[in-house]
Amino acid sequence: MTVGLEHYLVVSVLLFCLGLLGVIVRRNLLVMYMSLELMLNAANLALVAFSRFTNNLAGQVFVFFIITVAAAEVSVGLALIVALCRKHQTAHVEDLTTLKL
Amino acid sequence: MQDALFYTFAFLTLVFGFLVIANPFSRNPVTSAMFLVLTIVSLAGLFVLLHAFFLAAVQVLVYAGAVMVLFLFVIMLLDLKAEERRKIKTFGLVGGLISVGAILAIFLSSLLHAPLGAAESPGLEGGTVSLGKLLFTRYLLPFEIVSVLLLVAIVGVVLLSKKDLR
Repeated sequence: MTVGLEHYLVVSVLLFCLGLLGVIVRRNLLVMYMSLELMLNAANLALVAFSRFTNNLAGQVFVFFIITVAAAEVSVGLALIVALCRKHQTAHVEDLTTLKL
Repeated sequence: MQDALFYTFAFLTLVFGFLVIANPFSRNPVTSAMFLVLTIVSLAGLFVLLHAFFLAAVQVLVYAGAVMVLFLFVIMLLDLKAEERRKIKTFGLVGGLISVGAILAIFLSSLLHAPLGAAESPGLEGGTVSLGKLLFTRYLLPFEIVSVLLLVAIVGVVLLSKKDLR
């Protein structure tokens, strides 16, 4: 059986679920952030696979934009994490309870 | 040959992705970052198999190069020694597994019922020339907006990392 669109989509779905599991289970801010990157990459893989198997290059242009936006997002998010850690001395989400009643 | 390469890269991607979120030997964020680099490199291999050569190069350059260096810098800056003693809560683990399993079931069932039989002979080449032509004609406005977004991100990061954040 030759590899088709479904195979790539299954890999993409599994990778997305791994990233989601990491965001839910892990409590370290940096590891949660890396899991977010995993989820973004899973979406990228699905877009590239669709672009290849429907002969439409727009999907690859979208992935290009997603990579750019992800780079901007990572830089801003990491700056926020550094500012937060400077203030609270922790990178653990359960120690950040300022919004709790 | 292509099929064997696909299965190899897919297996490597999933295994390294699992090791990012749950490494049984070490809870250190540095190992997670290293395995994220390996995940991204094997994803670039999958991109090459999909004939998206430019995106594979960009993936390695931007993600494995720039973004992961940023991650490692922040990890070194923060000194997360206390992290390895933390326990993972059982409630969170069970709830996470149940919800992720539900979402996985929804995804896979919709994938089973989707009409995916299109384009038997894909002939698309994602080289630099074709992608660049599209980027500078049809998608010129989003391209410029993204450059403004990068400028905004630079200014925001400089402002955020000032010493006296008010």
